[in-house]
Amino acid sequence: MIRDITIGQYYPAKSILHRLDPRVKLVSTLLYLVSLFLFRSIAGYLVATLFLIGIIRLSRVPFGYIVKGLKPVIMLLMITVVFNLFLKKEGEVLVHIWRLSITTAGLRNAVYMAIRLIYLIIGSSLMTFTTTPNELTDGIEALLNPLNKIRVPVHEVAMMMSIALRFIPILLEETDKIMKAQQARGADFESGNIIQRAKAMIPILVPLFVSAFRRANDLAMAMEARCYRGGEGRTKMKPLRYKGRDRAAYVMIAVYVAAVVAIGRYVPLKIWIF
Amino acid sequence: MSIRLEHLNYIYSPNTAYEKHALKDICLEIPAGEFVGVIGHTGSGKSTLIQHFNGLIKATDGKLFYNGENIYEPGYNMKNLRNEVGLVFQYPEHQLFEIDVMSDVCFGPKNQGLSPEECEKRALEALRLVGLKEKYYKASPFELSGGQKRRAAIAGVLAMRPKVLVLDEPTAGLDPKGRDDILDQVAYLHKQTGMTVILVSHSMEDIARYADRIIVMNHGEVMYNDRPKNVFAHYRELEKAGLAAPQVTYIMHDLKERGIPVDIGVTTVSEAADEIMRALGTEISENEDMTGDGMLDADAMGGDTSDAGATGDGTPDADAAAVGRASGADTADSKNMEKKR
Ligand SMILES: Nc1ncnc2c1ncn2[C@@H]1O[C@H](COP(=O)(O)OP(=O)(O)OP(=O)(O)O)[C@@H](O)[C@H]1O
Ligand SMILES: [Mg+2]
Repeated sequence: MIRDITIGQYYPAKSILHRLDPRVKLVSTLLYLVSLFLFRSIAGYLVATLFLIGIIRLSRVPFGYIVKGLKPVIMLLMITVVFNLFLKKEGEVLVHIWRLSITTAGLRNAVYMAIRLIYLIIGSSLMTFTTTPNELTDGIEALLNPLNKIRVPVHEVAMMMSIALRFIPILLEETDKIMKAQQARGADFESGNIIQRAKAMIPILVPLFVSAFRRANDLAMAMEARCYRGGEGRTKMKPLRYKGRDRAAYVMIAVYVAAVVAIGRYVPLKIWIF
Repeated sequence: MSIRLEHLNYIYSPNTAYEKHALKDICLEIPAGEFVGVIGHTGSGKSTLIQHFNGLIKATDGKLFYNGENIYEPGYNMKNLRNEVGLVFQYPEHQLFEIDVMSDVCFGPKNQGLSPEECEKRALEALRLVGLKEKYYKASPFELSGGQKRRAAIAGVLAMRPKVLVLDEPTAGLDPKGRDDILDQVAYLHKQTGMTVILVSHSMEDIARYADRIIVMNHGEVMYNDRPKNVFAHYRELEKAGLAAPQVTYIMHDLKERGIPVDIGVTTVSEAADEIMRALGTEISENEDMTGDGMLDADAMGGDTSDAGATGDGTPDADAAAVGRASGADTADSKNMEKKR
């Protein structure tokens, strides 16, 4: 059901990754995402895969749960793969169907692209799985702090992001509830053509919007009632401080990036066309 | 029209850190035409349970029979089930969406494939039943007060003329009059149409007043499933489960302990009043020197004495002797119980 959407959600577990400083996780995730585009050979993919497997094991988030998070983006993935597969015209032709042909370069690109996208999503969702929205906000705020000098409202931006993240599960739950309530009144979301289906969404969307606004309003009032007035002069109850494990994590991610670039570029490994 | 559950289990988000075994091996039968109360502490699984009745959530394990047919069989007509089992959710006002109340109430009948005239007819009927004033029929549902929205939402389900009506805390957050209005209407419908009613509530008083049978949920299990009076006899266990018996149960137990031969099985205020009158009546006939004081207090207690419901079957005669001894204390008792009320 709709509750299966796990992207951007926190997964409570006791692991070293959960305990890391959010800044480390943010920086490392960014580095990992960039690193995926810094090599072209299969050797690089092997290193990236090993690293990812290691991180998944460390995070103690069940693999099935992570895979479930991929579901919503499958469509996007398919489209990318199909485009890459058919539109690349270089290289040797492998298959010829009607006016379309799959070339070696096309196949290679499609596979690489799919892997990259999947790793990208897993990598970033691992960060949100292991970091609570509060920590994430603190991390983003701390990292972007220099921007304060050029009058970027860093605290506000970070707060907005964390509220948005926090609202995802609430709104999903709400959607689930409203859907059930309308189904109980005989609403049918599954059959009919596109227009009928779009129309069938109205009984869900209207109450959902109403409730989202109500919640936003309530939250704003609750924050004001507790004298929230933005980041100026605001101190933290638990200021972020790097510990030994955080430094170790920085070293590890640096080693990984160096390794993946070096191996991915200079180790001549070739399997079939890849 | 019976609903039967066999070894029903439900687990939320299985195989994750959020896994929650919300229903554990539930076996129940709800015969047609019964008024069943479901009660349990917060998070005990009441809402989860009732969403099974019209197939909104599918049991992880176990069977659910509606009219003898297993609804989890492939090819079972779910749409028909949902037409027959009407479910009013907790806070149903959050599901309103149409431009006016009338069209919102028509949503259910329209989905049943009825003609616009028929929809309108049923909607009017349902709106009248829930006691929403006519001037609101063409108002936007978002302009109504909370209680009015609640009524409109309940009408939305009633308009489908379900054979089984399931209500999840329909009176939460309503004022006492609104609460009585709605429950009285439901009880009236139940009497008139013989519709099965399943009422989830936190209020023992409400449940005791209307239900033929009570299902007590505790941590996802059925703790009791019996007639109100038998359930309330376990009031100490109920307290352990985070619940309480109705106030009258406590009063009656207190009275009994202090020697007044009342039937502790009564469950509603009016029954209790009758029962106390009866017990005191016995007492007067046996103790001529009884002052009028106790009578007066008992009068204050009785709201509606016309309801000659269950006067209790087992009259504890043996206690009659004790009454004489305790008669000095009973005026104090009556005051005591008034205070409790
Ligand atoms: N959508 C859900 N996902 C995961 N767990 C849930 C979900 N809905 C309910 N639960 C859990 O299942 C248990 C039973 O919930 P349920 O809503 O049935 O309780 P309830 O008896 O209706 O409580 P209340 O009186 O507060 O309405 C609770 O512990 C709750 O945390
Ligand atoms: Mg509930």
